[in-house]
Amino acid sequence: MDAAPSGLTADTTTVAALAARDEATFARLVDHWASAMFRVARSHVSTDASAEEVVQDTWLAVLRGLDRFEGRSSLRTWVFRILVNTAKTRGVRERRTVPMSALAPAETGPTVDPDRFRDADDAYPGGWKVFPAPWPSPDHGVLGRDARTVVVEAIRELPDRQRAVVTLRDVHGFGADEVCTMLDLSPGNQRVLLHRGRAAVRARLERHFGATARWGATP
Amino acid sequence: MTDSLTCAELVELVTDYLEGALEPAARRRFDEHLAVCLGCEDYLDQIRATIATAGRVTPDDLDPVARDRLLATFRDWAGSDPKV
Repeated sequence: MDAAPSGLTADTTTVAALAARDEATFARLVDHWASAMFRVARSHVSTDASAEEVVQDTWLAVLRGLDRFEGRSSLRTWVFRILVNTAKTRGVRERRTVPMSALAPAETGPTVDPDRFRDADDAYPGGWKVFPAPWPSPDHGVLGRDARTVVVEAIRELPDRQRAVVTLRDVHGFGADEVCTMLDLSPGNQRVLLHRGRAAVRARLERHFGATARWGATP
Repeated sequence: MTDSLTCAELVELVTDYLEGALEPAARRRFDEHLAVCLGCEDYLDQIRATIATAGRVTPDDLDPVARDRLLATFRDWAGSDPKV
């Protein structure tokens, strides 16, 4: 999912609406980008409250600077650039020292339970003991409301950095390069966090579909 | 490392595969395994379905929005600044 209205023409319209004090347009942007903005802010500052302040300060800077939006980048890119600058300035002031570049121990190791694969002394070491049970087709709910609820819960429970990357990449549709820049990540670490986050969300969906038994082959 | 990939190895490469980050030789081994392994094919499909489902999440559900406060900020700004 990307910016509510896509394309630069739509951006120009949106900016004009904001400049004309159209509160509904503002509310729509706030809601639509909230989770992405909060996650980016949160990655640079120490507390949730501080991240909310950053989002608040960003919107104020955006509104006050509307006449400086030239349409050379998308509105989303422009807003998030202001957000990152605001968040980093505040992060420095808070002397936040959590190194975003290093991976924590919880961010290494297998993403699928090793017990699901055959042992080294097996004829097929590292092969599935039992194949993953098939999921329902999109017509039968893999993209439906229940599945989306499971995904929301799973993303919420991810460790912060995985949560930020999965939210930005898969929910909001930001590109890998953008996410690396916004979160100060190397391309390799961005992929590791995305990989672990996606695997954890998939595992939650697997449990969900497994519980709705008729889809799963019985192991 | 042997020439062929195990299922346990493949599942750890799916993101690099989808991101186009595998070297050509590694990508070939991945594709070769996928062509003969139904379990891994399903696993990759499920990762793709996971991504597609995440893409349909309503973003507002994910994080609390300090909406009232932001709207108050908007009204303050709208009231104080001269119209453009």
